[in-house]
Amino acid sequence: MSESTPTSQPVSTALRNLADNLLKLDDLLISCMRCGFCLAVCPVYGATMKEADATRGKIALLEFLSRHMINDPEAVNDRLTRCLLCGSCQAVCPSGVKIMDIFLHARSIVREYLGLSATEKLIFRSLLGRPKLFNALLGMSAKFQGLFLREVDPALGTHKAPMLSSFIGDRHFPRLAGRSFHSRVASLDEAAGSSGLRVAFFPGCVSDKLFPEVAEATLKVLRKHGVGAFLPDGLACCGIPALSGGDMTAYHTMVAENLALLGDAGFDRLVTPCGTCAATIKEFWPKLADGYTEKDKAVIRDLQAKTIDITAFLCDVLKVELPAASAGKTRVTYHDSCHLRKSLGVFEQPRSILKSLPGHEYVEMAEAERCCGSGGSFTLKHYDLSKQIGKRKRDNVVAVDPDIVAAACPACMMQLMDMHSQHGDRVKVRHVVEMYADAL
Amino acid sequence: MPINPSLVKEFESITGKEQVLTEQADLQSYSYDAAVLTPVVPALVVAPTTQEQLCKTVKTAYDNGLPITVRGSGTNLSGSTIPQGDGMVILTNRLNKILEINEEDLYAVVEPGVVTAQFAAAVAAKGLFYPPDPGSQSVSTLGGNVAHNAGGLRGLKYGVTKDYIMGMEVVDYRGELIKTGSRTVKYVTGYNMAALMAASEGTLGVFSNMTIKLVPPPKASKAMLAEFDDVNKASEAVAGIIAGHIVPCTLEFLDQNCIRYVEADTRAGLPVDAAAILLIEVDGGHALLVEEDADKVMDVCRKCGSTNIRIARNAEEKLKIWEARRGALPALARARPTTVLEDATVPRSQIPAMIAAVNATAKKYSLEVGTFGHAGDGNLHPTFLCDRRNKEEFTRVEAAVDEIFDVALKLKGTLSGEHGIGKAKAKWMEKETNRATMEFNKNLRLALDPKLLFNAGNKFV
Ligand SMILES: Cc1cc2nc3c(=O)[nH]c(=O)nc-3n(C[C@H](O)[C@H](O)[C@H](O)COP(=O)(O)OP(=O)(O)OC[C@H]3O[C@@H](n4cnc5c(N)ncnc54)[C@H](O)[C@@H]3O)c2cc1C
Ligand code: SF4
Ligand code: SF4
Repeated sequence: MSESTPTSQPVSTALRNLADNLLKLDDLLISCMRCGFCLAVCPVYGATMKEADATRGKIALLEFLSRHMINDPEAVNDRLTRCLLCGSCQAVCPSGVKIMDIFLHARSIVREYLGLSATEKLIFRSLLGRPKLFNALLGMSAKFQGLFLREVDPALGTHKAPMLSSFIGDRHFPRLAGRSFHSRVASLDEAAGSSGLRVAFFPGCVSDKLFPEVAEATLKVLRKHGVGAFLPDGLACCGIPALSGGDMTAYHTMVAENLALLGDAGFDRLVTPCGTCAATIKEFWPKLADGYTEKDKAVIRDLQAKTIDITAFLCDVLKVELPAASAGKTRVTYHDSCHLRKSLGVFEQPRSILKSLPGHEYVEMAEAERCCGSGGSFTLKHYDLSKQIGKRKRDNVVAVDPDIVAAACPACMMQLMDMHSQHGDRVKVRHVVEMYADAL
Repeated sequence: MPINPSLVKEFESITGKEQVLTEQADLQSYSYDAAVLTPVVPALVVAPTTQEQLCKTVKTAYDNGLPITVRGSGTNLSGSTIPQGDGMVILTNRLNKILEINEEDLYAVVEPGVVTAQFAAAVAAKGLFYPPDPGSQSVSTLGGNVAHNAGGLRGLKYGVTKDYIMGMEVVDYRGELIKTGSRTVKYVTGYNMAALMAASEGTLGVFSNMTIKLVPPPKASKAMLAEFDDVNKASEAVAGIIAGHIVPCTLEFLDQNCIRYVEADTRAGLPVDAAAILLIEVDGGHALLVEEDADKVMDVCRKCGSTNIRIARNAEEKLKIWEARRGALPALARARPTTVLEDATVPRSQIPAMIAAVNATAKKYSLEVGTFGHAGDGNLHPTFLCDRRNKEEFTRVEAAVDEIFDVALKLKGTLSGEHGIGKAKAKWMEKETNRATMEFNKNLRLALDPKLLFNAGNKFV
């Protein structure tokens, strides 16, 4: 591969600019040695078996696009977005390719060339970037959703939205909570408790709007362990949906809102029940802070050090004493969120918590670390693919015949619920912290 | 060159539209494999999902004179899946069913696209063992393993892929299914074509299924790490172990450069002043016997002047010992953008001469190199580090690699122990053999592939 052969067609200035921008990623792209190890773990490749859907294929296509060996950004973008940004590839890459950095930057470069679609703009810029408006709208739609949601599985609490299916497909999703967590607890500003700790509490959009019980369980656990909570009113989304959609403007707006609220508050840790939010704050915020003020950069560095997911907070910071495993009747298995396991290295903590729950028996499923197929806007855009990936997860869950499948990321919970509901499985989906809170 | 649309339709009618790829972005993604060579974009990609579709696909392609490149996972390091520009790629990765695992007669029947590690795991779940373990096993296909006769860490004691092929079915150029071998241990009724197919690199036909031998797993094992201040002493230890009639399942080697790269990358506390380390594992049917073998191995290492020996007392320590070996490729790969992983193999006793030559060559061309490999079978992986964008540097790498092949052949070795010839080393074949051999190979090939459409450009020019 010492030489590349550019295509002979003439190229437009816009295309040349695109290629030049991509060339800035060249030092990252070049380190891919095409070994193919990522094919073994990439969930999208696992479903379609197409090289262009695998990490190696995407990286090669970006390189070819930057060298004018292919002049079809639309087609490359299509392959590029068939990606869950799950990080599974980066975790096994022997060459240490900074795959997530490549994909995020490339998405924004290519999206800039192609322009964002109207729906994406609406969601990223108008809703997620404006928490107050988002909350108000959701409050309204929660009241009216009975009009177009049909109950599918009362046991799981999932609903189907036939009228919305052109946008969200045939997804069975949890009923928008009648009252979001935010409508009940708008803000908190407690002093350090008996543990001597005061933490910022970042519930995350999905807990707040779809699983308020997860946010409430987290709060209960913090209180029980004498941890004071700080929750400013108006926290925005962590930014990952916009980031994965390539909308950098919306992303930076969200981060800025959060920084303004979290900057001077004084707390020991930032705790979240969402693995995705934790990984975004810890990994992406610092990476994408180039143009920020020194002050914001310092806040981000501080948050990077302080952010921790609730299970790691319980085990590693509070060092709660977990009782020895007691083999009970309720079978529980655990699904590893990619962000927790592959980005943050959190996988023992949730398991030790589950293993300590009285009345439960812990069973490990096959491929617990394999991605469930939910991934921000991926699941909206490529629902069929997401379903196909989710099916493998669902089969692995069902194979160990559990009563409950636990996860420590609400985004995964959404996908698991959908899969089990679609297949009519009698498996409950719960967050580890909910189960821990129940046992307190 | 685009393919005639009516021919595309014909393929679509065989496999279904979904399995025929014609879009540029898809085609481009089959233009490369793990070799550092110039990509070539195929004109068409077809992915059959049944044996019947595979036969018809091959027949249609052959009848229409399309060059055919069969591709498993595309992890080979010799360019043997880089297609012809006017040709097609036949993907086998959707032919990925394990058809049978027979626990009584110790064999399995598989389709060619089954992934090696997934197969090994399925076999292990039944209490049996499939030993060949190429470094790429998490992704490589069994078809690709057979076509390259892939080896692995366990080669010394357990052999390589070809030693496990009892039989196979191969699609020939007419699209007909040819059967060879059987499910019995003994078989003398036909030509031993399965042996011919091993390392055929997609040039003789397309494997449609393989019958694979399985063995009972070892019951106990012991791992050791021995340091040496001189490559010659390490080499003597290797010879001494074998002369003592112990065949370790793994006997791996890292030279000083390689140790230093791994240490810089992992900070695992490796001995950076050692000239070489040997990583040795013995296994067998009984813990006591294995223990005895381990003692003997350590004895030999000590006698040959090993400066320090560690033995793993438990699973955790064993993992730790293997860390150095597992870390070798990642460490080298991360040091510079491009990794040129070579595969020259020499008789065991020539390892010190080979290492010396590799290091002298690297020095001559001002290149970075680290060498690791399978000391037990003389299969070394001198790995040159460079940046393929730097043409001048890359030319020096090519010159150095050429010199290394020369040395390997002079030392009565071979161009490749396991990675294959492909396109990367085709021009060297005659040098290792002779003109008559090349002509014989060509005649053999013409008999099985009269239009020379199967992976032309592979194996020899
Ligand atoms: C990091 C790394 C480590 C590696 N370690 C090792 C190692 O330890 N030992 C080793 O031996 N190799 C190793 N390899 C090389 C490579 O992985 C092996 O050669 C492997 O067998 C290739 O399998 P594949 O499925 O990727 O085949 P591909 O690369 O897709 O194809 C290889 C060859 O097989 C042919 N082929 C594939 N399927 C069929 C079929 N059904 N019928 C006919 N021909 C077919 C192709 O035409 C081609 O010629 C390594 C490679 C990498 C990148
Ligand atoms: S594992 Fe890393 S180096 Fe290997 S092909 Fe994938 S991205 Fe490239
Ligand atoms: S991030 Fe996940 S989905 Fe995307 S290429 Fe990597 S492994 Fe595949």
